[in-house]
Amino acid sequence: MKLGVVLETHSGERRVAASPNVVAKWTKAGWAVDVERGAGTAASYPDAQYEAAGATIVDRAAAWSADIVLKVRPPETAEVAQLREGACLISFLYPAQNEALIAALAARKVTVLAMDQVPRISRAQKMDALSSMANISGYRAVIEAANRFGSFFTGQFTAAGKVPPAKVLIIGAGVAGLAALGAAKGLGAIVRAFDVRAAAEEQIKSLGGEFLTVTIKESGEGQGGYAKEMSKEFIDAEYALFRAQAKDVDIVITTALIPGKPAPKLWLKDMVELMKPGSVVVDLAAEQGGNCEYTKPGDAVTEHGVTIIGYTDLPSRLAAVASDLYGMNLWHFLEEMGGAAGWKIDHENDAVRPALVLEKGDKKWPAPPMAKKAEPPKPAVAPKPPERPSKPMTTGLPAPAKSHGPALSPPSRLQGVVLSIFGLIAAAAWLALRYGQADVAEHLATFKLLQHATVFVMAVFVGFQVVWNVTAALHTPLMSVTNAISGIIVVGGLLSGRGGLETPVIVAVVATLFASINIAGGFIVTRRMLAMFRK
Amino acid sequence: MQIEDVFHNSDLLANAAYLISAVLFILALRGLSSQETARRGNMYGIVGMVIAIGVTLTNRQGDFNALLYLAIGVAALIGAVLALRVGMTQMPELVALLHSFVGLAAVLVGFSLQLHGHVPTAEGIEVYIDVIIGAITTTGSILAFLKLRGSVSGKPLLLPARHFLNLMMLSAVIVLGVMYAQQHVTWELGAATAVAGVLGFHLVAAIGGADMPVVVSMLNSYSGWTAAAAGFMLDNDLLIITGALVGSSGAILSYIMCRAMNRSIWNVIFGGFGAAPPPSAKKAEQPAGEVQEIDASTLARTLGDSKHVIIVPGYGMAVSRAQHAVRELTEVLRAKGVEVRFAIHPVAGRLPGHMNVLLAEANVPYDIVLEMDEINHDFPQTDVAIVIGANDIVNPAAEDDPTSPIAGMPVLQVWKSKLVVVNKRSRAAGYAGIDNPLFYKPNTKMLFGDAKSAMEQVVTALKAE
Repeated sequence: MKLGVVLETHSGERRVAASPNVVAKWTKAGWAVDVERGAGTAASYPDAQYEAAGATIVDRAAAWSADIVLKVRPPETAEVAQLREGACLISFLYPAQNEALIAALAARKVTVLAMDQVPRISRAQKMDALSSMANISGYRAVIEAANRFGSFFTGQFTAAGKVPPAKVLIIGAGVAGLAALGAAKGLGAIVRAFDVRAAAEEQIKSLGGEFLTVTIKESGEGQGGYAKEMSKEFIDAEYALFRAQAKDVDIVITTALIPGKPAPKLWLKDMVELMKPGSVVVDLAAEQGGNCEYTKPGDAVTEHGVTIIGYTDLPSRLAAVASDLYGMNLWHFLEEMGGAAGWKIDHENDAVRPALVLEKGDKKWPAPPMAKKAEPPKPAVAPKPPERPSKPMTTGLPAPAKSHGPALSPPSRLQGVVLSIFGLIAAAAWLALRYGQADVAEHLATFKLLQHATVFVMAVFVGFQVVWNVTAALHTPLMSVTNAISGIIVVGGLLSGRGGLETPVIVAVVATLFASINIAGGFIVTRRMLAMFRK
Repeated sequence: MQIEDVFHNSDLLANAAYLISAVLFILALRGLSSQETARRGNMYGIVGMVIAIGVTLTNRQGDFNALLYLAIGVAALIGAVLALRVGMTQMPELVALLHSFVGLAAVLVGFSLQLHGHVPTAEGIEVYIDVIIGAITTTGSILAFLKLRGSVSGKPLLLPARHFLNLMMLSAVIVLGVMYAQQHVTWELGAATAVAGVLGFHLVAAIGGADMPVVVSMLNSYSGWTAAAAGFMLDNDLLIITGALVGSSGAILSYIMCRAMNRSIWNVIFGGFGAAPPPSAKKAEQPAGEVQEIDASTLARTLGDSKHVIIVPGYGMAVSRAQHAVRELTEVLRAKGVEVRFAIHPVAGRLPGHMNVLLAEANVPYDIVLEMDEINHDFPQTDVAIVIGANDIVNPAAEDDPTSPIAGMPVLQVWKSKLVVVNKRSRAAGYAGIDNPLFYKPNTKMLFGDAKSAMEQVVTALKAE
């Protein structure tokens, strides 16, 4: 099988589908690789490096006639004709937006796989080119903002005076938002991040950001790790929060996308007007219309003294690393499909099937939902027996309070019923045994027994209820404290230890001795252990 | 002397005080629901116990033999010394030993009653049950103690006809019980005690070292039921309530442990399973791949460059007392801005919650120590997972390999992190004997050596940076 890496012809595009590094992996794995002359030049990968990696440098027509053509951008209409019939094309495609292109490709009877359609499941993370690109965009967004911003990111005390740190607000803590958060934090700014998904809080905090949220309880958890559209009340509260922030922050980076819809307008004109002159807004959603009302896709504009950057080619501005990461995504994708030896299109593969747009010209997109096999994007709950309630994570409510040792729920009702039946049978057996005795005509004894049995059963239930709430971290102290408490048998020893120095009394004294060791030892050891637990 | 006079503590005031004790005991257990209230809980327990003993002693002052006071004094001293001296790594042994004391006390109380000649026909059964459970608890706990201490091999003793033997002993106990219920003859009680003692010993002998957490909590449960039986025997509600509390507590703990291992309680009690899986099962699937090693300084460098680190401690950490070195590692890394958390599997160690106690002893803040369910989904975002002396609880075969003896057991999914570093004592004893595909994964590196010295080396290397 021959791979063809072609030159990107879209104006301003500097990326290439694979770096020499990736090409070397392919040739080593047994693929033949043709690279179009000059394909990597704009990404600082000269042809010589590709040749050194084992590729053949060919002209345009030859590169396009490979078995599998690898590309970054969707092909131009003119390029479609250069594909060999029956060949395969792998690139970003956005099939929903590019119907005409898909039709042209279908007419060419080619197989097409869209890198943007690789599902967001854990297993497919290494092939997730959108995340690779988003990561780069997030980083570059901060760099672009810093470039336009008239001050430091880090606060400084200089001999001449004090410089306050820059305040950065990030809206949408997806891959791009988190990358921006990390980059801005790395430059020393104070970073706040807003997201409607509760899961984002931990990720934001883990990168040192401050999590902003609105008080209305509504989960923004949508499909595939994206957010969904929110209610009116929620959006109003959100706007109020943004207006308050607008007066304070210097840099805003918006990354909010809703799959299949134009980007939501989150940073309105009046918010821009509230910002200090010299502030910067970077809109990473510019390609989908932008989150900021002033955004001009592909360009930077200045309104009311605020620069609004709407570049759509951020990954391309870091062409070398973008090409390398995209190439690695392709490498993993081809490996997933069987590698050099067994490359094929497997409809059962839940990482590949969703990306398949055309197969020999037949439309295969969108893929039918995979039954059960697809994992949820965020496996919030580890496998566990069904009777346990799922953790609050899955409900998506904002900021579930972190509990130390979530209480296991008591056994299901069924078990409780079984338990009580068992208890009743045991009690009945006991009663029968006692009735079987000769002088149990004394109803008093039986009555007393019933009373005790009642107390016993009640105590067992109280015990169950109480112990289920003990946090798992304290199971050892629980054991030692119950151990101390079970030393209550000492009362028995004491009660039988009345009288003179006869055998039974001595036996009772020994019993008292052992039980008391237990009491003292158990309580002290528990105390020692508990004293160690500190926050 | 009428039994009613001597043993039935019908004094109203005393019973009221007992009720207070009982409530305090319930509050003691309730207090353990969180670390903040736990110390208060323990205090409730102590107060409850003091009330119970004090009321018993003052209720009928004159009758008590002076030796009892002496016994309590001496015992308190012995108990205090035992409790203050024990190292946190020896906690499981101490707990097992203390269980045997409760069992023994229960047996002795039963015999004392028997020898007093005060056992009325109707209460024979209670005495008998108290003594039998007490005897099983005693011998079982002593053996568990010896196994945990390492004085006796942790390997399960599997006699050829062990189920049959158990059944025979159980039948003997029942037959003797029926006989005893008629006449209350002392030798019958003695013989039954002996048989029950052997039964307890044999039951625990058949359980492997790895299942000891379940055994210890089960014996905990037994010691509670013994106390409850003693309560029936003495017509004392405080004993019944307390015994029931302790009994159900132990039962729940056993249940939680068993569920964490995805096994039924019966399988644990009768299985003889807790040893390493039989060798034949291992050879069938020798995992493919190479074991890759890593040295302490490389690990230190990797850790210094990471953002999220999760440490998975196991029994190996307890054995080499590495918890302080681990704490130091945690501190150094946190000072460098690395997020360090601990993942605790419910059956890590030899007692439920064992790892938590050890880490607490080393002053690891408890809010970075998380349970399996809390942290398992964080592994994919983790840069380095460090496994210290744990094996089965991180074995991917439990999820992937239906023929594995631990198939279906929930495990910590360390292999999902970017890098897994497994610290094991030695290369030889390690992967030759145990089939853990984790060790052969491409993102797994092995750090051979004693946990404590290995961790200390990493800390030194980190500090030198």
